[in-house]
Amino acid sequence: MAAPLVLVVLVAVTVRAVLYRSTLAAFISERVEVASPLNAWKRVVEGLALLDLGVSPYSGAIFHETPLIIYLFHFLIEYAELVFMFKKQKLLIELDKYAPDVAELIRTPMEMHYIPLKVALFYLLNPYTVMSCVAKSTCAINNTVIAFFILATIKGSAFLSAVFLALATYQSLYPLTLFAPALLYLLQRQFIPIKLKSKSFWLYTMQYAALYLCSLVVIICLSFFLLNSWDFIPSVYGFILSVPDLTPNIGLFWYFFAEMFEHFSLFFVCVFQINVFFYTIPLAIKLKEHPVFFMFVQIAIISIFKSYPTVGDIALYMAFLPVWNHLYRFLRNIFILSCVLIVCSLLFPVLWHLWIYAGSANSNFYYAITLTFNIGQILLISDYFYAFLRREYYLTHGLHLTRQDGTEAMLVLK
Amino acid sequence: SNLWYLFSHSVDKAWKELSNILSGIFCASLNFIDSTNTVTPTASFKPLGLANGTDHNLLRYAVLPREVVCTENLTPWKKLLPCGSKAGLAVLLKAERLFHSSYHSQAVHIRPICRDASCLAVSWELRQTLTVVFDTFSSGQGKKDWSLFKMFSRTLTDACPLASQSKVYVDISPKNKEKELLEVTPPPASVHEAIVQGDRRTYAVYDLLSPSLFNTSRSLNVQLKWKRPQDSSELPTPVLHAQRYVSGYGLQTGEISTLIYNTHPYRAFPVILLETVPWYLRLYVHTLTIITKGKENKPSYIHYQPAQDRRRPHLLEMLIQLPANSVTKITIQFERALLKWTEYPPDPNHGFYVSSSVLSALVPSVIAMKDMDVEQSPLFTSLFPSLDGSSYFVRLYTEPLLVNLPTPDFSMPYNVICLTCTVVAVCYGSFYNLLTRTFHVEEPSRGGLAKRLANVIRKFRGVPPL
Repeated sequence: MAAPLVLVVLVAVTVRAVLYRSTLAAFISERVEVASPLNAWKRVVEGLALLDLGVSPYSGAIFHETPLIIYLFHFLIEYAELVFMFKKQKLLIELDKYAPDVAELIRTPMEMHYIPLKVALFYLLNPYTVMSCVAKSTCAINNTVIAFFILATIKGSAFLSAVFLALATYQSLYPLTLFAPALLYLLQRQFIPIKLKSKSFWLYTMQYAALYLCSLVVIICLSFFLLNSWDFIPSVYGFILSVPDLTPNIGLFWYFFAEMFEHFSLFFVCVFQINVFFYTIPLAIKLKEHPVFFMFVQIAIISIFKSYPTVGDIALYMAFLPVWNHLYRFLRNIFILSCVLIVCSLLFPVLWHLWIYAGSANSNFYYAITLTFNIGQILLISDYFYAFLRREYYLTHGLHLTRQDGTEAMLVLK
Repeated sequence: SNLWYLFSHSVDKAWKELSNILSGIFCASLNFIDSTNTVTPTASFKPLGLANGTDHNLLRYAVLPREVVCTENLTPWKKLLPCGSKAGLAVLLKAERLFHSSYHSQAVHIRPICRDASCLAVSWELRQTLTVVFDTFSSGQGKKDWSLFKMFSRTLTDACPLASQSKVYVDISPKNKEKELLEVTPPPASVHEAIVQGDRRTYAVYDLLSPSLFNTSRSLNVQLKWKRPQDSSELPTPVLHAQRYVSGYGLQTGEISTLIYNTHPYRAFPVILLETVPWYLRLYVHTLTIITKGKENKPSYIHYQPAQDRRRPHLLEMLIQLPANSVTKITIQFERALLKWTEYPPDPNHGFYVSSSVLSALVPSVIAMKDMDVEQSPLFTSLFPSLDGSSYFVRLYTEPLLVNLPTPDFSMPYNVICLTCTVVAVCYGSFYNLLTRTFHVEEPSRGGLAKRLANVIRKFRGVPPL
């Protein structure tokens, strides 16, 4: 298992090194799909240059990274390429623990053995990840922290899980919603049943929440001491939540707020931000027995509906797809959805060029591809969710269903 | 149009009031001055006249690059003159001739000065300047001769009774030490020599208040004729001049380049460059490069204040040393922002204006200048001030720039809202279905309405039912 993994890592590093040295690196780092105002490398360099000039990086509207990034890159700016290359090698070792009782649907240990390799392959060689790495987008750091968080949760360490979750929330606000799946997983691991009256449930929840909040407070106070001001809070979190910068990206926010009537702007900003957070509770109720899948769906929802998405965020949830390749037989639209996603990814640079450089298209073209791409992603996630629920049904009711009169039955969602 | 003022207290409110009042007085759109085009420069502007201690936080500078000068601005400007446009030199200022020119600029300067030599009391001095460039060469059949009548279609008849001095100066400096190259009529009563901006110049003086001027004729029409046909002699280039342009292609990024020329043969001098760039062109100060004669030139003082979206513009002030006989190129890259659809001006594809940058310098002069007496020639000391005899102060403005920004489609707000909300609703709908419904084995349906109707028709036909 180690040898193929090392091989995959070597191939990935080679691909990235080659791209770094080629002329494509400058082209890729300018792409709006890869670099957003939140995580572009150009802005990190600009923030550090402002710090050198004696001006606070948060006094302008260019730099929206957290102070810990300033700490990190102040000394590493020469070696930035290496940092990004090795952050991307984070391996996601998932240990699935399903033990279902229907023979055909049980996952064999053989299959499971290869899953970490497949996940690593999917992540490292995904063109989205490669482009994100070559552009030196700080999305890589985000993804690394979330990956560490998932690893810590799966391994069962509540303390590390809380610390990494706090770091991920500090970096970009949305991983706050991952608190619920992590809690559910850790409760399951401790065999604490999820009953609202149970004392042990509340005790464990309080412990985990306390760990998480304390780490968050410590990190924020550390950031205060970097520049001795609280300026970074409106500049980072205010920016994420109020979406003032309308630079086009692959998400839905930019054109919506570019064309919004001023009167309704605040209302729709609130609606869009609530949209990211409010799937957590219903999903927690439905998927309380399956926290790992819950985590996957939650990460996907964050990547699609966050205020400044980039392809690096998409690569993160796509890396988890091999974990559920046993659901393949229940997916309904996988072919057409993959086609939609691939075609849209190819059309993004074309229509951008036509709008911005050739002047023969206008913003509607790029916006249309954004819409299609997001519909593709949404349908992909809901397809996987459907397949997952269907498999659960078969696991409990058997694979061959018959109706009352003995004929073959169809399964519908009612 | 630009406006700058040094306040003594409560700056922001006073600035708003001042710009609104001036807008009303001069019929200029100065009321559009707000925080998005006002900056607080630290070194480029020093108050004129008497001043106690300059805290640069009390100074405000604003530019409106899109506003142009027109007749509406000339009329209130003329009204400020003591005789208006009814007597004196101001009778020449008629709008239809003044705006038939290549360049037109008018200014009002106010500063506190000592009332007398002992300086016990302070008065306010109001100085109005009007600069017009007539291109008589292209309109005068290829000859460079001009006269007051040809330029203004009227002549001077008398001086303003309220004026204590009323003079016309005509520059008759000989080039290459040759006399008799040009001829001025009527012959001037006196000739004044001065060193202006490092050049020795000779002026013919017509004093409108002297009684001998209007003895021979009732009106004064100053005419200048060139004796020999002009060969294409070059105009001397000024010691300090600059130009600015935007480069780059596409609507995503661009680069602003400023070229500053120092044509002095052996003296180097520093220049302060003030650039005000609107917030929607996001400057990246780490891409700022200053290159002189192929080598990097580090400025000795940089003050950079980054912009805040929709609140204040970028401010970049630098003190750059210009070596003798050199060209300095200053480049900085920017990114173009996409604005909200209501923030675009009525013709969005015309582009957005970036205001001129201001260069302030004490230019060393080739010829030593002696201090001029304020009483005798107030014109020269206020127009061409010099602190000591060896250099003179120059403030240059570069060209404004016109930059295009990417535009959204303005006809689409309703469509965009519908389509984006549809996509969000697709997600909400799919998840709602999956979260609230469960799988059931399908029950055979007893047949909907259509099936029953079809069975009824079949029974009539005698065919077995579905």
